[in-house]
Amino acid sequence: MISEAAVVLTELEMDALTELVNLGVSNAALSLREMVREEVILSVPKVTIMAREEAITSLGEGDGRRLVAVHQHFQGDIEGRALLIFPEAKSMELVRAVVGGDLPLEELMELEQEALAETGNVILNGCLGTIANNLQHSLKISLPEVVYGGGSEFFSLAPPPNVADGVVFIYINFLVRERDIKGYIAMLLDFPSLVTLKGMLGRFIERVGEGGVVTRPHAS
Amino acid sequence: MTQKILIVDDSKLARMAVIKALNALRPDWTRLEASNADEALALVKNASPDVALLDFNMPGKDGLALAVEIRQLAPAMSLAVISANHQIEVIDRARAAGAFFLPKPLTEKSLGEFLNSATK
Repeated sequence: MISEAAVVLTELEMDALTELVNLGVSNAALSLREMVREEVILSVPKVTIMAREEAITSLGEGDGRRLVAVHQHFQGDIEGRALLIFPEAKSMELVRAVVGGDLPLEELMELEQEALAETGNVILNGCLGTIANNLQHSLKISLPEVVYGGGSEFFSLAPPPNVADGVVFIYINFLVRERDIKGYIAMLLDFPSLVTLKGMLGRFIERVGEGGVVTRPHAS
Repeated sequence: MTQKILIVDDSKLARMAVIKALNALRPDWTRLEASNADEALALVKNASPDVALLDFNMPGKDGLALAVEIRQLAPAMSLAVISANHQIEVIDRARAAGAFFLPKPLTEKSLGEFLNSATK
């Protein structure tokens, strides 16, 4: 299914958004690397614009796997929500990686919410901040909140109620190899924000790529 | 001296940004573009570039693996791996493959330094 929003961005605009996400997530991984003291492996980001229902399905809704998300609401010329999502079963492992492995389980559990929120905060801020800086627009980012559940819960959080009309679903795996922690990042934008984002991407492309030739790559 | 430079990045915008910088730094150089490792290897074999800029994070074979393969085909070629991922492990692997590490977003300054060292 192709959502209404899918036709909005040109190929080059999608390319630019993917590059920005790549920059943002790479910055975030550098911060995460400092927190866990191990290399964080990143997949090539895949940016897809899809409807809310599709986004829920792509999170594996219905396979019974419980997920945990750290989410933050951002506001500025564009408004939306960013989520860092991973399987709930891995949440303690991530907490352990961040706070160090020597704490007894009881103490780890006490720290869980706080550590997840802080980890999410570092990753999502790193990501959103880089994107906003490159687009030369500032964003106000809310405090992180931890939610448990699945896509249907994550993609219908308030406020704003209409935020999930059109969903930019950014799929990027980050992997802390030694610990088998995998997660991904999603961003939700409504339709008006997507239109604004298109304009910002256009100006970003002019700044970054203007004067660069547009030849077809070829293997002659 | 005019040289032939190969630019490998799956992002067209990123290639445009590199070419924009090259227009300022080395306008007379011949540019070859590839959007993945296979295209790049074919160009290395058929067009013998002198210098190559390789994006790290590409679908399929990444820029570090590509650097290792190019090194075997063309030991004398000057290589740089470009990456937004500045983790020390990535930088170390680039160096181990005999490649320069250039952070993304690419600046004219860092690219200029690499090109100067490449043409010494």
